[in-house]
Amino acid sequence: MKPESEAELAEMVRGAAGPLALRGGGTRTIGRPVAGELLETGGLAGIRLYEPGALTLVAGAGTPLAEIDAALAAEGQRLPFEAPDMRGLLGTQGESTIGGVVAANASGPRRVQAGACRDSLIGVRFIDGAGTVVKNGGRVMKNVTGYDLVKLLAGSHGTLGVLSEVSFKVLPVPETAASLIVAVSDAGAAVQAMAAAMASPYEVTGAAWLPGTGVVLRIEGFAASVSYRSGKLTDLLSGFGAVEVEAGAKAGPETGPEAVAARWAAIRDVVPLQGAAGDLWRLSVKPSDAPGVLARLGAEAVMLDWAGGLIWARAAEGEDLRARLGVPGHATLVRAGAETRARIAPFQPEPAPLAAIAAGLRAKFDPRGILNPGIMG
Amino acid sequence: MDMPTPDATILAGKERIVARLAAVLPADALITDPAETRAYECDALTAYRCPPLCAVLPRSTEEVSAVLKICHAEGVPVVPRGSGTSLAGGALPTADCVILGVARLNAVLEADYQNRFIRVQTGRTNLSVTGAVEEEDFFYAPDPSSQLACAIAGNIGMNSGGAHCLKYGVTTNNLLGVTMVLMDGTVVEIGGAHLDAPGLDLLGVICGSEGQLGVVTEATLRILRKPEGARPVLMGFDANEVAGACVSDIIKAGVLPVAIEFMDRPCIRATEAFAHAGYPDCEALLIIEVEGSEAEIDEQLGLIKQIAAKHNPVALRESQSEEESKKIWLGRKSAFGAMGQINDYMCLDGTIPVSALPLVLRRIGEMSRDYGLDVGNVFHAGDGNMHPLILFDANKPGDLEKCEAFGADILKLCVEVGGCLTGEHGVGIEKRDLMVVQFAPEDLEAQMRVKDVFDPKWLLNPAKVFPLASSAGRRAA
Repeated sequence: MKPESEAELAEMVRGAAGPLALRGGGTRTIGRPVAGELLETGGLAGIRLYEPGALTLVAGAGTPLAEIDAALAAEGQRLPFEAPDMRGLLGTQGESTIGGVVAANASGPRRVQAGACRDSLIGVRFIDGAGTVVKNGGRVMKNVTGYDLVKLLAGSHGTLGVLSEVSFKVLPVPETAASLIVAVSDAGAAVQAMAAAMASPYEVTGAAWLPGTGVVLRIEGFAASVSYRSGKLTDLLSGFGAVEVEAGAKAGPETGPEAVAARWAAIRDVVPLQGAAGDLWRLSVKPSDAPGVLARLGAEAVMLDWAGGLIWARAAEGEDLRARLGVPGHATLVRAGAETRARIAPFQPEPAPLAAIAAGLRAKFDPRGILNPGIMG
Repeated sequence: MDMPTPDATILAGKERIVARLAAVLPADALITDPAETRAYECDALTAYRCPPLCAVLPRSTEEVSAVLKICHAEGVPVVPRGSGTSLAGGALPTADCVILGVARLNAVLEADYQNRFIRVQTGRTNLSVTGAVEEEDFFYAPDPSSQLACAIAGNIGMNSGGAHCLKYGVTTNNLLGVTMVLMDGTVVEIGGAHLDAPGLDLLGVICGSEGQLGVVTEATLRILRKPEGARPVLMGFDANEVAGACVSDIIKAGVLPVAIEFMDRPCIRATEAFAHAGYPDCEALLIIEVEGSEAEIDEQLGLIKQIAAKHNPVALRESQSEEESKKIWLGRKSAFGAMGQINDYMCLDGTIPVSALPLVLRRIGEMSRDYGLDVGNVFHAGDGNMHPLILFDANKPGDLEKCEAFGADILKLCVEVGGCLTGEHGVGIEKRDLMVVQFAPEDLEAQMRVKDVFDPKWLLNPAKVFPLASSAGRRAA
């Protein structure tokens, strides 16, 4: 099924005889496989409202992310949270939709400074499991009118409702950007270097550690400011290893903003871990816990983002890395074979009282249990 | 303001209920004397008052849990209270309720600079969170004007904002985790020092739920390193519309100040007389602040002044010292108080799309003439969060009602142009009955389902947020 309007979508959900497998662009195939009739949201496409002077954009949930990025770029603006393109990692085809981004609360390296997708999301319209159209939030960036279902829907993977429309707060694209590469080979030192950078007043908008490359930091803003902060950070971090600055004051074709953008797109899309078989895990921990976790994981390949708070790990098939976490946080099995995903829950199981609340919410919003049933289970 | 009829069984059982509470609390944590419970009869929306059955001031999550277990078993409503600074009546008691004040839960539990978070008990005041980390040059970003007094518990309940949230976001964007006690006494931990939820984003819906889903006793908050410096610039214009157009041009130019504040002439005059902040005498004033090193500040302010120059400002002055900057902000943050010196006032909090600013300001002016009540406008212009202050005389019969009708008309206008009833103060009782202007019945139904799950007996913070008619069936159940 592929509705062309919100009313048609509501009708289809209302009339559904059994479970529905929801799909935006089909690029983020995370969670347990859903047995159900395919319901695609790609027909609910189009930017409904875009006011650059108010930093707000409203779009149909099926609008391709690329279309939104292009419209924003034409006005020198962007979505702040840098949603990853998961196709390379997951081996999926198709075109990511904005509704899928929201349903997964997909956020990239800028998460540490600009917040997650849910932090930029200011409004939703969705169809609950009974086929009722519900709206929450709106098109203004400060809104505390009633409960914030906007956040609740973000990252709910379709289990509370099928998104039909989403609204965002957007931001201006800074004049330029620079990367600093600090030669650090040890995870412990890397996390300390990233913590020092994040605790500085120099507004780091990305902090990753790639084994073999080192710590990679990003600074964005007006050219003179980026140059100034690059210098300050170089001084601050030189004790950790040699610091190389990409772009900034010495912008050129090979080292200019394009090179910086390409480097961060690769971090965003987890390119270093692509192209090899094995299970893929994504772990969220307190940054200073990351080195210890890495040591316990025994993974085949790893990288850190979010100043160490996000661990990407590739491991032998069927190993339960979650059992080795050992600290507060959570682990998501992002890619694995069907057998492994049947055995190991892709999403971290929650303590009983929270699991009961989540189950209660799903039962209220989707009493028949037809929206992506079991995908997060 | 309609409130539900107090439950006669509870009123009659006061002695038993108080005895049960006394059994789980130290003597000084339970207030039952009517002379003392009067202190809890209202919050900062003082037009509405009602003493509670009793008040409890627990010192630990365990005591909160014990109190809630008893109230749950007895079917007694509970009104959580931070510092009682709500402008929306978010902590207004009912005669049959227990006020659960978190004021004594004010400890700092952990400050972690490497991972940039602080864990506090939620009775701690907003400003004292920053106070606990500023020696290390860190700060907690959300800065409501009441930050000297307001508690983190209330900030979480109302998802409070502030002047600087244009850059740093509101409470929900700076809240990493909570310890919360459910109405049945169950203690849950949600989130923590790590980012994002493993499953559904419960933290996201708890923040801003006005104390109706649980009592938050501890919070993990994001702290940030202070910028190297900050400097505000004052810009005066001879018309509100011109100031509005200037704001839009600044945002479109790709400069994103940390704050863009707006005041109109009545507010400028009252504030200047009260706080002597050095504001120019003009129709519309913008306070725009940028951050960074001296050179970065100069560059950004240079751009902003270039844009402003195209709108022919009647005054344009950069702060020359830290002392002057403090005075400028003190003036802005005491604007409500300054207006209060000259009159009783009602403060509104609607948000509008920034593009609708000139239209909305003009319409408010027209309505002001029609109602015969003066209005001062002071608001966060960068994000469209307006705070019209309607002046009235509480001693003049009919004036409060006229003021409320005027306020409702302004909020309806906010919704009509694509905005909302409240940007940072919350619904409370004040805007409860206007919710139907912004939401269809099915939108409210979806929100009420969330409460059904967290608080099936609908005992927490009764009669707030949802129109009484919408929630009647659930409250009676």
